[in-house]
Parts: sequence; structure tokens; C-alpha cells
Amino acid sequence: MKFSDFVSVEAIRPSIVADSKEGVIREMTQSLVDAEKIATSEMDSIVKAIMKREDLGSTGIGRGVAVPHTKHPSVSRLVGTVAISERGVDFESLDGEPVQLFFLLVSPPDRPGDHLRALENISRQLRDDAFCKTLKEAGGPQEVWRLLEDADAQSIAS
Amino acid sequence: MTTGRTKNPIDETHSCEVIVTNEQGLHARPADLVAREAQRWESRIEFIGKSQRVDGKSILDLLTLAAEEGTHLVVEATGPDAREALDAIGNLFNKKFASNESSTITNTEKTQQERHVSGSSARINTATCESVAERNTNS
Repeated sequence: MKFSDFVSVEAIRPSIVADSKEGVIREMTQSLVDAEKIATSEMDSIVKAIMKREDLGSTGIGRGVAVPHTKHPSVSRLVGTVAISERGVDFESLDGEPVQLFFLLVSPPDRPGDHLRALENISRQLRDDAFCKTLKEAGGPQEVWRLLEDADAQSIAS
Repeated sequence: MTTGRTKNPIDETHSCEVIVTNEQGLHARPADLVAREAQRWESRIEFIGKSQRVDGKSILDLLTLAAEEGTHLVVEATGPDAREALDAIGNLFNKKFASNESSTITNTEKTQQERHVSGSSARINTATCESVAERNTNS
């Protein structure tokens, strides 16, 4: 599954201001509401579900990356967005490092395979240090989107 | 643990096959649990999927397997504590990563549903992991 299959360009936030875990999750969920990918009325429920998942163990998977996520019945297909924090946020990551890159995913409960394939793609790309670095330094949503598209094109070619 | 390598100059390689049996597959939380378990051992631990071999101590690597429910994976451990490491990892898979995800199908039933011809041999291998893991727990 490619980035362009689940990332909404309108919801990309290359410079989030939140400085807490919940703040980041709320800001990113709001971006999906603004992009009309999730319903306003579902926002609180989704934020709550993502926080509940974080309670089970941080989705800060190391290397300054976190993938907060949840299943939620209000979506009919996997939706996601990307956010970048210039300063980094304490996300209780597995390696203890602050997180700068966030990929937030909301998936329909009956599609675990899609969720796995999105995680697979994110992990595969993020093993590339150069990709992480350029993404962290991206200036605007369009630049982030272009980097994701480039990554998609490369994964098809390889 | 840190002195294990010098005490055991000959590194052994052991492997076993595991099957992902939880409904959600090897997603972030199980991958985290597996990587943490693997990191406890000195041995090099690798997972071999359909088309790739990845580092079992890296959550990112494990996630690239995109291992859905029913996926068969070979776990290979090389080092002084290879066998114990496999026991521990096999045990995690056998107990579905100790997850509380609901599943109405038992391991065996699910394996029988597998359309792969290799299902029967995989079942034996998993059983091997299971029995070794049980010994480990009892000791």
C-alpha cells in the first residue's frame, strides 16, 4: 500500500505546534476533520480511541517516528495523515527519543490487512535515513506530499 | 548475558517456524513485543518471510513483514543462546503475543483452514516450538 493510497494531502501538517502526545493526536485528528476525511462528530471518539491504544504501549517506534492509530467504525476506508514537529515531542517512545515524524492512521475495524500494509510501507520507507531527514526538513505540505510520492514511485520501481 | 559469547565460542544456529494466529496480524504492538523479546538475547535473530529476511530485534523490520493472520514465518537464531531465544519467541507467537484480541478460532482449527500444502509440516514445527517453550516455562 502506497502513501498516496491513505495519506490525505489536505491533512498534512508540516509544522505542528502541539508539544504533548494528546496535543499532537488532537491536532492531527483535527486535520483529518478539516480535510473532510472524518466527521466532526466523531473527532472526540477517535482521539479517545487513539489515546487508549497509546496506553497499551507507545506507538513511538523509534528513530523519531510515531504511528498513532486506531480502528474506528466511522471510516469506511483507511485514512491517514502526516505531521512534523520541528522541536520533537515526548511520545514515550520505545527508544526514549522525542518524535518529529508522525503518521496517524484510522482504519475500518474489518480491514486489518490494510492497516498492516500501511504500517509496512511506513516502516520500509522510514528505514531509509535520508528519507527521514528530508521529510523532517520539508517546508510545506506540498513538499511533504512530493517526498511521499517520490517514495511511492521508488517502491514501485524496486 | 554479555559474557555469553566468550563462553560459547561456537555459535549455533537454530530455527523454527511460527504462525501468526491473531486476527490483527503482526501489527505495531505485537511487533514491539517480539522485538523486545528478541533484544533480550545475545543471539542474532532473524525472521524470514516470503521474500525477505529481517532483523527480529527491530520493530521497523518486523513491521515490513506485513504478516497477516495465517502467515508462516521462519525464525532463525544464531548465537550462544539461540535455542532459548527461539523458545521465548515461539512462546510469544503461541500465546498470540498475550494479546486480548478476541478470536473465535483456535490455533489448530485455523491452521487446518490454511490452504497451503505446507500447513501440516508447519503445524509440527510450531508444536516443536510450543513444547520447547513449555519446558522453558517450567524450568
